[in-house]
Amino acid sequence: MTTTAPVRRPTVGATSISFARQTLAGLRVLVVLTVLLGLAYPLTVTGVSWLTMRWQANGSLLTADGARTTDPSHAVGSALVGQVTDGPQWFHPRPSVAGDGYDTLASAGSNLGPNNPDLVATITERRASVAAAEGVEPAAVPPDAVTASASGLDPEISPQYARLQVDRVARENGLPRDRVAALVEAHVVGRDLGFLGEPRVNVLRLNLALRTMAP
Amino acid sequence: MTVLVAVTQAALVAALLVAAYRPLGDHLWRTLTGERHLAVERAGYRVMRVDPDAEQRWSAYALSLLGFSTVSVLAVYLLARWQDHLPLSSGVAAMDPAGAWNAAVSFTTNTNWQWFSGESAAGHLLQMTGFAVQNFVSAAVGIAVLAALARGFARSGTDGRVGNFWRDLVRVCVRVLLPLSVIGAIVLVSAGVVQNLHAPSELTTLAGGAQHALGGPVASQEVIKELGTNGGGFFNANSAHPLENPNPWTNAFEVLLLLLIPFSLPRAFGRMVGDLRQGRAIALTMATLLTVATGLLTWAELAGPGLAPAAAGAAMEGKETRFGEAASALFAAATTGTSTGAVNSMHDSLTAPGGGVALVGMLLGEVAPGGVGSGLYGMLLLAVVTVFLAGLMVGRTPEYLGKKIGRQEITLVALNVLTMPALVLVGTAVALVVPAGLAGLQEDGPHGLSEALYALASAGNNNGSAFGGLTSGTPFWNTLLGLVMLLARFVPIVLVLALAGRLSSQRTIPAGPGTLPTHTPLFVGLLVTVTLVVVGLTFVPVLSLGPIAESLA
Repeated sequence: MTTTAPVRRPTVGATSISFARQTLAGLRVLVVLTVLLGLAYPLTVTGVSWLTMRWQANGSLLTADGARTTDPSHAVGSALVGQVTDGPQWFHPRPSVAGDGYDTLASAGSNLGPNNPDLVATITERRASVAAAEGVEPAAVPPDAVTASASGLDPEISPQYARLQVDRVARENGLPRDRVAALVEAHVVGRDLGFLGEPRVNVLRLNLALRTMAP
Repeated sequence: MTVLVAVTQAALVAALLVAAYRPLGDHLWRTLTGERHLAVERAGYRVMRVDPDAEQRWSAYALSLLGFSTVSVLAVYLLARWQDHLPLSSGVAAMDPAGAWNAAVSFTTNTNWQWFSGESAAGHLLQMTGFAVQNFVSAAVGIAVLAALARGFARSGTDGRVGNFWRDLVRVCVRVLLPLSVIGAIVLVSAGVVQNLHAPSELTTLAGGAQHALGGPVASQEVIKELGTNGGGFFNANSAHPLENPNPWTNAFEVLLLLLIPFSLPRAFGRMVGDLRQGRAIALTMATLLTVATGLLTWAELAGPGLAPAAAGAAMEGKETRFGEAASALFAAATTGTSTGAVNSMHDSLTAPGGGVALVGMLLGEVAPGGVGSGLYGMLLLAVVTVFLAGLMVGRTPEYLGKKIGRQEITLVALNVLTMPALVLVGTAVALVVPAGLAGLQEDGPHGLSEALYALASAGNNNGSAFGGLTSGTPFWNTLLGLVMLLARFVPIVLVLALAGRLSSQRTIPAGPGTLPTHTPLFVGLLVTVTLVVVGLTFVPVLSLGPIAESLA
């Protein structure tokens, strides 16, 4: 794209006038693009989602019966967000440092470094307390039971940690151990497509199913 | 088994990138070079009152870009300062001046460093009209600068004309980013990423506790955050948050999104300069570096060195169950390799060698594959350095893509290569001698140094990820990092545009017997080496005091 226009070097004054002109043009461009990308785009996606995937778009909320709802006042939580279930009758989630634990207004990990002495002490304490609660050797406690997740809202635990809790949960709810064990196995989700991510158990869904079983 | 799973996940992403290389690369090329305007674009240009067909010299192109970026910073700043008066703000407070400055610069420069938690400090309108808009346009600016540089190589004997900034900006938004975002957002909603305009509302949990159901236009923002290699999370936990990244396949999808454009642009570049092999050589160089980084990071996280991983039995602190070590390491390598800065695990809790690789991924200058546009123009400058060094070795005038690399060209390139290290190292030094800087560090010893270095490396490479232990929401850190982000973005952009102008005015010379071929495996090897040597010479001392000392401890 050759052009024969003569080369003119703008003076400093011309540059500053030109910069002001370009800035004004920039303002007009930004306004138009904001209407398109900042309003039309998210509102269109919101509308399409509302029409076609209302449950997912509203946070995948579940009622106490395990049914889908879009109304928080009818919900006991989100299928995708962990919550505190620390009574002995429940399956327990991972440790959480989001606020006082599973605070959705304060999602966070500990951000403690790999050699942080406080973190090592906390992990050792968690291991002892989980082992005591489940009546197992400390060495049997899996890593996810003693580490805080990245979001503080991890909805899931490893199948190992779920299995570790079967004895206690069966005992506390007066249920046969093998029924609770079978319930856990039915809730184990494998890797997506067989190789993406890790096997896991959704704690809220497991506890909701447990509730329908409890006498 | 775990290693096999890790390799298969990465291979899937790689295969999808290879599949997208040609169609997306060609689409980007058509977007940047096509003569015809879409009807909607023509209507837009009329409202904006800009002439999309006026070819700009590099200086006018730079002024348009800087003018646009100036109003962008101002707009986000004002939105953040006044957000408590805006609709849909659901009770969030206005940001303080230093905080609003940092947020405005951060999103305008494609860094997306966040000193604040999105869920409590940013209302929906600020997220949509401030942050998400900048996610789009800052990505488009990166591609625009790359396009200008590519035209510099492709054109011959002009008076320094490198294209039209407004046309590049609008076209990339309308033809590339917006359509891909609409599709991606709907895919993400189907998996459970939230998309509404609700404020948080309280619910009673199964055990009788209180929790808030979260709302917001999350999916529409999540997708452009990855696609534009921006990285600012709607929520504090970013892509580790289950409502931003609900399951392992959305995780793979998000990794794909953040690598998609950076790895397809070399194809568009190859077409623009009329030699597809040149683009392929660059893409291979990027892929080589990223593959090594991914491998090392995955190895580090699976091996789990360090006291805390040893106590826990695995490096699962700061990682989500659904991702585990392998998918977290893949994301960490991709996000630091692309200047995205989104995270699906907490990088401060990565193992010492893993955190070190993430840090080096940024210190490479974000070229493997780097941010959208910026990664490729950064890599092209390193290619110029490479032919220059090779030229010195054999005593010939170096040339790249038919353009002589003379004194002025190499001066512009050298200034460019030096800008980032100067900002990172001087910034880190300032933070470590000023009490207000030291006050932000969470950890003592080498990990404390790593926290400061990581923050400056993140700001100085427009990445935005953090060692989150650092308390960065203070006036000192907000001001320092804001300045570093601004200079790290716009100093190189102006230098690259100046180079583009010079190249465009040069006459293309035909390749002769003395020309170093720049599409061969030999050149790929040289370019990888030069990239590593430049970062090695610059950063080995400070890395020794931080992550290396920590790994050996």
